[in-house]
Amino acid sequence: MHPMVPQPWCIRRLWWETADTFTFELKPVNGSTKFHFLPGQFNMLYVFGVGEVPISVSGDPAKAERIIHTVRSVGPVTRAMGSLKRGTQLGLRGPFGTCWPVEQAAGKDLLIIAGGIGLAPLRPVVYEVLSRRQIFGRTCLLYGARTPDDILYTKELSNLGKEVNLQTLLTVDRAGQDWTGNVGVVTRLIAKAQFDPGNAVAMVCGPEVMMRFTIRELQRRGMRTDSIYISMERNMKCALGFCGHCQFGPTFICKDGPVFRYNKIQHLLTIREI
Amino acid sequence: METVQRILADHPFVRGLKDCHLELLVGCASNIRFEAGQLLFREGEEANRFYLIREGKVAVELFSAERGPINILTLGEGEVLGWSWLVPPYRWRFDGRVIESTRAIALDGKCLREKSERDHDLGYELLKRIAHTMAERLQATRLQLLNVYELHT
Repeated sequence: MHPMVPQPWCIRRLWWETADTFTFELKPVNGSTKFHFLPGQFNMLYVFGVGEVPISVSGDPAKAERIIHTVRSVGPVTRAMGSLKRGTQLGLRGPFGTCWPVEQAAGKDLLIIAGGIGLAPLRPVVYEVLSRRQIFGRTCLLYGARTPDDILYTKELSNLGKEVNLQTLLTVDRAGQDWTGNVGVVTRLIAKAQFDPGNAVAMVCGPEVMMRFTIRELQRRGMRTDSIYISMERNMKCALGFCGHCQFGPTFICKDGPVFRYNKIQHLLTIREI
Repeated sequence: METVQRILADHPFVRGLKDCHLELLVGCASNIRFEAGQLLFREGEEANRFYLIREGKVAVELFSAERGPINILTLGEGEVLGWSWLVPPYRWRFDGRVIESTRAIALDGKCLREKSERDHDLGYELLKRIAHTMAERLQATRLQLLNVYELHT
C-alpha cells in the first residue's frame, strides 16, 4: 500500500465531547481490514473535496478493528469532519510518526501530563497502562483544561479516579461556582503528583508554552531531561518527510516525531526563528 | 498526639528552617479546622493571619458585582494560603472560601512581623519562602492569562 494513497474508511459513529471537540470511530469499508498503531502515532485524514489533516489516534491500541480520533473543530477540514454522518467515507493514510516510550517506562513511575486536546494523543498510553498495570510503577495522570466544560472523556476520567495505583488529577484555568475541583494551571498539579523523579518517565502533550512550563517544573522536581518526552505539532502535509512543511531545524515532525525525547530537541525549542 | 511543632516541621513551607526559628513560629501557630463553605477571609479585611494547609481545599476568589465570586485558584495540602499579612497595609486582597473540609496551621502574621523585626534572620527566611510562593503564583497566573488552550488543536 503506497503511503501517499488514502484508504477508504467510513464513520461508524461520531459524538461530541465538548462544544467544539468531537470523537469518531472509523470502520473499514471492506469489513476486514485491521489497523495497528502505537500510542502517539497519527493518521492523515482526508475529507473528500475539502482537505487532509493530521490527527492523532486516540483509541485503544489493542482494538485493531476500529480507529478512534478526537478532533477539535477549528478549521475548514475539521469543521467538515464534525458534520460527517454515519456511513460517510473518508480517506486515511497512516499510521505515521514516532510513539510514546511505553516499553521504556516499564518498571518506572509514569507521569502522563496533558493540556486541553493534548489528552487525545496520550489516551492510548492510558489504555496500555490499564491493560498491563503490573509492569508500571506509580502512574499519575495530570490533566488541565480551559474550563470544566472543556474536559474531555469525563466518564473515563471519573472511572480512572477509582483505579488503584493510578493518581488522576484534574485542574481547569477558569471555573464557575458549581465547580469544586482544582482551579489553576496544570503545572501546579506536579507538586501533588506522587512519583520518584529519579525513576520516572514523563510524557507531556499540550500547547507548546504549557509543555515548556511543565518541563521546567519537572526539572525542578528533579527529573532528568532524558526521561521527559513531548509531542510536537507543526504543519504536517505529506507525513513522510518529503514536503518539508513540518521541518523543525534538522528534523521533520511527521517523520522524526511527533514524539521526541526532550533532550534531543531541547536546543531547538529555544530558537525562535524556526 | 501530634504537637503543633511536629506538624509545622512537616509542612513544605517550613521544611529546612532552623530549630530556633521553628520555635519562634510555634509561638505564633495554632492548629485549626474549617468546614466546607466557610468564608475564611474577605477582601479588604485586616490580614493578620496566614495558613499552612495540611489537608482539604480552599478557593481564592475575587468578587465582581457583575459575575459574583470568581474562583481564581484553589490551594490544598502542602500549600500556603495568604501573603497579605507580610505586605502593608496588611489587608486581604482576595476572598478565601473553603471548598472541602480543611485542616491547617494558622500563623499569626502580626506576631511573626514583630518577631521578624527583632530577628532579621527569621524575617529573611520567611521573606524568601513567601517570595517563592508569590513568584510561583505570579507565573501560574501569567500562564492562565495566556489562555493557552484557546488555539491549540
